[in-house]
Amino acid sequence: MSTAFVLNGKPTTLDADPAMPLLWAVREVAGLTGTKFGCGMAQCGACTVQLDGKAVRSCVTPLSVVAGRQVTTIEGLQSKPAKAVQTAWVELQVPQCGYCQSGQIMSAAALLETNSAPSDADIDSAMSGNICRCGTYIRIRAAIHAAAHSLKV
Amino acid sequence: MSTHTLAPPPSTRRSFLKSAGGAAAIALTIGFEWTDTSRRALAAGPATPLPGTTFAPNAFLRIGADNSVTVIAKHVEMGQGAYTGIATVVAEELDADWSLIRVESAPADAKRYANLAFGTIQGTGGSSAMANSWNQLRDAGGKARLMLLSAAAKEWQVPVTELTVERGIVYHAGKKRQATFGALVKTASSLPVPDTVTLKDPKDFKLIGHTAPRVDASAKSNGTAVFTLDVALPGMLVALLQRPPLFGATVKSFDATAAGAVPGVVKVVQVPGGIAVVAKSFWAAKLGRDALKIEWDDTKAEKRSSAAIMEEYRRLADQPALTARTDGDAGQAIKTASKKISASYEFPYLAHAPMEPLDAVVKLTPNSCEIWAGDQFQTMDQANAAHTAGLDPQQVSIHTLYAGGSFGRRANTRSDYIVEAVSIAKAFGAEGTPIKLQWTREDDIHGGLYRPMYFHKLEAGLDDKGTLTGWRHVIVGQSIMAGTSFAGMIKDGIDPTSVEGAANIAYAIPNVKVELATTKTGVPILWWRVVGSSHTAFAVESFVDEAAHAAGADPFAFRRNMLEHEPRMKAVLELAAEKAGWNTPLPPGHGRGIAVAEAFKTFVAQVAEVSVGKDGQIKVERVVCAVDCGTPINPDIIAAQMEGGIGFGLGAALYSEITLKEGRVEQDNFNGYRVLRINEMPKVEVHIVPSTEPPTGVGEPGVAPVGPAVANAIFAATGKRMHVLPFAKGGAA
Repeated sequence: MSTAFVLNGKPTTLDADPAMPLLWAVREVAGLTGTKFGCGMAQCGACTVQLDGKAVRSCVTPLSVVAGRQVTTIEGLQSKPAKAVQTAWVELQVPQCGYCQSGQIMSAAALLETNSAPSDADIDSAMSGNICRCGTYIRIRAAIHAAAHSLKV
Repeated sequence: MSTHTLAPPPSTRRSFLKSAGGAAAIALTIGFEWTDTSRRALAAGPATPLPGTTFAPNAFLRIGADNSVTVIAKHVEMGQGAYTGIATVVAEELDADWSLIRVESAPADAKRYANLAFGTIQGTGGSSAMANSWNQLRDAGGKARLMLLSAAAKEWQVPVTELTVERGIVYHAGKKRQATFGALVKTASSLPVPDTVTLKDPKDFKLIGHTAPRVDASAKSNGTAVFTLDVALPGMLVALLQRPPLFGATVKSFDATAAGAVPGVVKVVQVPGGIAVVAKSFWAAKLGRDALKIEWDDTKAEKRSSAAIMEEYRRLADQPALTARTDGDAGQAIKTASKKISASYEFPYLAHAPMEPLDAVVKLTPNSCEIWAGDQFQTMDQANAAHTAGLDPQQVSIHTLYAGGSFGRRANTRSDYIVEAVSIAKAFGAEGTPIKLQWTREDDIHGGLYRPMYFHKLEAGLDDKGTLTGWRHVIVGQSIMAGTSFAGMIKDGIDPTSVEGAANIAYAIPNVKVELATTKTGVPILWWRVVGSSHTAFAVESFVDEAAHAAGADPFAFRRNMLEHEPRMKAVLELAAEKAGWNTPLPPGHGRGIAVAEAFKTFVAQVAEVSVGKDGQIKVERVVCAVDCGTPINPDIIAAQMEGGIGFGLGAALYSEITLKEGRVEQDNFNGYRVLRINEMPKVEVHIVPSTEPPTGVGEPGVAPVGPAVANAIFAATGKRMHVLPFAKGGAA
């Protein structure tokens, strides 16, 4: 079975079990390993990708669901808000172990793409599905504010 | 594992730390030449030196003709900033250009890369990475710098004393001549390594204390950082292991017919740990494992509930126990005190739950075993892998990759996940097929090696002036070191990790008795971030707070008055109180609590501020943290470790617990095993005490005081004491 969709802007056909979670299809079939496995049941957000611009948990998204749609992974981030998020992540030295950060950045980018000046409450609501066991939350919050600010100037 | 020949560590972490400043810490391997290019590619980005164009004066440093400076890290980078800290120390003495620094992981080789805090064992733990490497790395950088200077002096026919170095460039007086490190590689390589070198005066430090940016921040912000999960080797297969549902159960029989029929499943093999499904993809292995039919033999399994085990611990706390410390006569002092108080504290099993579920890649042949892992205990893992494979340790090589968190889980003397991976590769045929063992989150939560469950019982007596005169502390729980290669550190039946933070209580109390009842259960246990102080600091700092209340004293002043002889501890306590505005009024419904702890010779005090909502919901608003970790190598990483440690410790204090019902773990994933999320993270301020003492660690100590500081703040706000962890269990979070 093959599934055709647009992956990071490129038309892509993956030959895999359509029930296979998008996470594993992207990682093991397409070879893009920036998206991480953390829980397998949409509890931690490490696997967050964007589906038609919205942050989704790829570990519970069957490959068949993305047929004909646009999938963006950390490797394919291009939008201005997304780039601002990544820049702020480095400037504020957010990552520690780094394992959850692809997912954090995907969620943060999706937030800034729809809300250019998020409040702390907006950040809580958009980011509370992303666990960081290293506890980088303070810097994640600060980096999202910094990225939003950088887009204004 | 009792059959391999690991020597027990010759000294405790603490006794090492006392001597860390001595010359014994220097052990360079001269003439080391790096040849393994695959490790470079996997571990820390590209490194490009060609053979013969590299200056490698010692085991920790390689300078390429392209001016690249590669620092070889003997410690795993698991988030704590070890790579950056190690590189900072080398680059400082070398006067290297920070922008040209690369870090790659050392191979498993205890002769060159032992953790000097552990003696002869290569590994990372006990917040020892910077403390044990400090002299070693300064020496490595300083000697390399001197050799580069000597090379320039030789080439230019000028005295070394007329040369200076700035950011990787050697200058002759007046800067008439200059050469990059890369241009001097060839000549420097021909020179002898000097016996001694004069290290920098700390006042001349340009990187140490000045926040070099993390070497891994970019790769960890664009998805290119390589973790074990990301290793993809030609022909590699993925294995999932079905472990027994009860600790101590074994396979009675199994039927792999359905599993074997799943498309993509290559083989189903039985190993000592259970039944493994080896497949072409994670998904196929997962479907295959789900289809396994296994009958378990649970005759030797632990079948008790954690509540029943805790009930036994409560009883044991009233029985005679072993003595870990005696000063004066605590029993008599309490008996004759004008005021007596007592309390107990209960701590659950805790999973480490690093974001990267455990994983390891093994390529096994009849005479070699190659391992890729976020490896934290290379020497143990090498020995245990060799034992499992039937090889010599020298035949086992380890590529240490970034670890997606650990918190102690990968520092495992049993090498559980490594041994599983090797045993699967062996059962598969040991013919060189790389196999990646992948744990799921459920495997992680169910998998044991938890922070042990503990019961603490405390009694104290105060005189009529409100001064503590007697203190008795009984701890009940499993020994982390018993039955491991660290067992040699157990003295007179006392596992130091069970009582650290309690037996060495810093407060000046004339009569102190600390006792330990070590238990045995079938639940496998392990150290967890900040080890003993993950529970002892809570018990001590909560009970001191109860004593302050009984004395009618201010909790800060009460502590400070008992710390006159502990200047560093007193200083962090005072700094935290001052920065938190300890004596300033709070809004109604808010409360402030304070706690202080020493762990691994780092001193941390925290003041927590909580609010109580109309529904009784507790919110931790703010934590002010003061830390003294000796010479601050990288203040921003120190701050990050305190922030993160506070988040980690707070999640455990508020929410996390592993419970067993009839031997079965009741939590499965992050839905049941709750950890802190961003909306629960307080504001954190970190204040670092300036110091020229030798550096100590920051990965763990920040975890210790947050639980009691918050508990004491809840008491200040509500009058309710937290005696059972997590607080959510008592309805307070």
